[in-house]
Amino acid sequence: MKKDIILSGVGGQGILSIAAVIGEAALAAGLHIKQAEVHGMSQRGGDVHSNLRISPEPIHSDLIARGGADLIISLEPMEALRYLPWLSREGWIVTSSAPTVNIPNYPDHEALLSELGGLERVILFDADAVAREADVARAANIVLLGAASVVLGLDMKGLQSAVGRVFGRKGDAVVEMNLRALETGYKTGLIRAKI
Amino acid sequence: MENKLLLLGDQAIALGALHAGIAGVYAYPGTPSTEITEYIQNSYIGCDNGVHSKWCTNEKTAMEAALGMSYVGRRALVCMKHVGMNVAADAFINSAMTGTHGGLVVVAADDPSMHSSQNEQDSRFYGKFAFVPIFEPATQQEAYDMVRAAFELSEDVRLPVLLRITTRMAHSRAVVESSPMSALPNGLSFPEDRARWVLLPVNARRRYGEVLAQQDELEQRAAVSAFNSLTTVAGSRKGVIACGIGHNYLMEALGGVPDRNVLKISQYPLPRTLIRRMVESCDEVLILEDGQPFVEEQLRGLLDEGGKIRGRLTGEVPRTGELTPDNVRAALGLVSATHFDPSPQVVARPPALCQGCGHRDVYEVLNEVLAEYPDSKVFSDIGCYTLGALPPLRAIDSCVDMGASITMAKGAADAGLHPSVAVIGDSTFTHSGITGLLDAVNSGARVTIVISDNLTTAMTGGQDSAGTGRLEAICLGVGVSPEHVRTVVPLPKNREEIRRVIGEEIEYDGVSVIIPRRECIQTLKRRK
Repeated sequence: MKKDIILSGVGGQGILSIAAVIGEAALAAGLHIKQAEVHGMSQRGGDVHSNLRISPEPIHSDLIARGGADLIISLEPMEALRYLPWLSREGWIVTSSAPTVNIPNYPDHEALLSELGGLERVILFDADAVAREADVARAANIVLLGAASVVLGLDMKGLQSAVGRVFGRKGDAVVEMNLRALETGYKTGLIRAKI
Repeated sequence: MENKLLLLGDQAIALGALHAGIAGVYAYPGTPSTEITEYIQNSYIGCDNGVHSKWCTNEKTAMEAALGMSYVGRRALVCMKHVGMNVAADAFINSAMTGTHGGLVVVAADDPSMHSSQNEQDSRFYGKFAFVPIFEPATQQEAYDMVRAAFELSEDVRLPVLLRITTRMAHSRAVVESSPMSALPNGLSFPEDRARWVLLPVNARRRYGEVLAQQDELEQRAAVSAFNSLTTVAGSRKGVIACGIGHNYLMEALGGVPDRNVLKISQYPLPRTLIRRMVESCDEVLILEDGQPFVEEQLRGLLDEGGKIRGRLTGEVPRTGELTPDNVRAALGLVSATHFDPSPQVVARPPALCQGCGHRDVYEVLNEVLAEYPDSKVFSDIGCYTLGALPPLRAIDSCVDMGASITMAKGAADAGLHPSVAVIGDSTFTHSGITGLLDAVNSGARVTIVISDNLTTAMTGGQDSAGTGRLEAICLGVGVSPEHVRTVVPLPKNREEIRRVIGEEIEYDGVSVIIPRRECIQTLKRRK
């Protein structure tokens, strides 16, 4: 099972934690991994993305080619669309619909959602709102990962153990919150994916 | 499994250096090199072995301290971003002239496509210029293995070794298998040949001859290096020379199975024997290198009219920017996957100063004051506060290199500009601003220098800043008069006071320093 994933969002939203959980689960499953990150200047509120590649076969390139991504996981709707040229024709977009408006010329929100909604394989929901309702407001990124797990191809048990290892240092309460976030996201993803 | 770790390229280099038994890492933070030193600072093995890892004031002091460590026989690692090589260049070039004693490895992290930098310079030119061996890893595993090999090579040939990486190696994770430390770290010992360390012309002339005489041996070592490999494909008249991570994109495009002759280059100087075999058996040779056309230019030479060597200079690969799986596929003449068009709704989201950042308060007030002076110019520097160039602030007129704010403001003032204002951060000031301040004081330049002090090296993630708590003392020591060293707290409630202070100092006919001081809100958040 090869998966080429683009993670995107705005600096500070927590895409690297999503990458860490997927990476940890993939490592435990004995898969090969490459994950290119963006550090430095763009982390100051700019657009950020990460290329995460997992595969049973050795992986050569750290970057994903245009038209090659199986999945875009985005914490922000415009940032999901930014990587559209990298998405495979059969690929999925899993994105939060909640916009981060920190620029004066941010596009019309409804038009963004309508473009995303017009795509064939998309899971679109307000991850912040779902996280708040489930009382895991600080784990909206893991809610989104839960939704993505519906199309990710890694088994839920593996992701749960990975959450335990990635957040273990922060204590049991944080692990427990993130596990609930993962579960909540998974249920949301099942409903929204219509598969 | 226990020896397998998911590591950034930077971290793989750090672990390799620890396992090579370094006694110290010397560095100034700079994207994409910063994580090497941070990994060593936070590692058990580094702490247990007493590995020196405190940040240096700049890349030159780092390079020189490492040379000192090498002089007494111990292994030292130096890390910097590519433009740091310019700062360290005097020490770096001359460290090849003295040669080394304990192993000395210099990591230069280049940033093609300028993700976080002001130019695309390729550090391999520095390696060639200094006549030292260069390593350029293709994979994170190779980065780990290479550091250890580089220390051994450095001690064998008594030269520093340059390890050149680019952003995608530095900041990409992959699984690395480590192996235990090979031997005990070197103890103290002194070089036998004392004269080579004293670069008087009489000694330097001899050393230059020796270093030149070593070049054939360095090339021989590259020719038989396990990091370089020639794969020939019977019947193919096409060839590719792929350097460092260029090899990854090539293998990706070819599905891991070469259908043409491939020469992978990860150790320099360029091995002529391998290159000749490749070029002579091919009608066309494509050069894939991340950065500038370093190999391509050497192979083509000035008057090459055969057109056999292809790459960035012939347009197969874009002249600027990093290699990508897409531009490599195109250069190979392979068809790319169809893909969705870019969304017309997506707009740029540039980085910005954080909400609540003290630099914002400084710039907003500075803009107000300078609105009264239509001919004023603000020379700025390298750091978060460079973002003050973007709208809506548009507060600065220049950003060139570390420290250039103060010296450019001085030069403009010498030419008659008033007000001539410099804005520099605390860490950049100690890196390369102090000497410029001394120039300004010595010539009595009419400049207003703002040292926007957030008590950290913020842009690279909040590393210690060399002059924290001592900026006023430094300015006074350099000779700025005490009544013109002014400290303010950049908060909205203090705007009136800051406005008054800036206004007064602009009217002063001499060097004044204003220090707005408030902790970076990112480091503040992390402490809480």
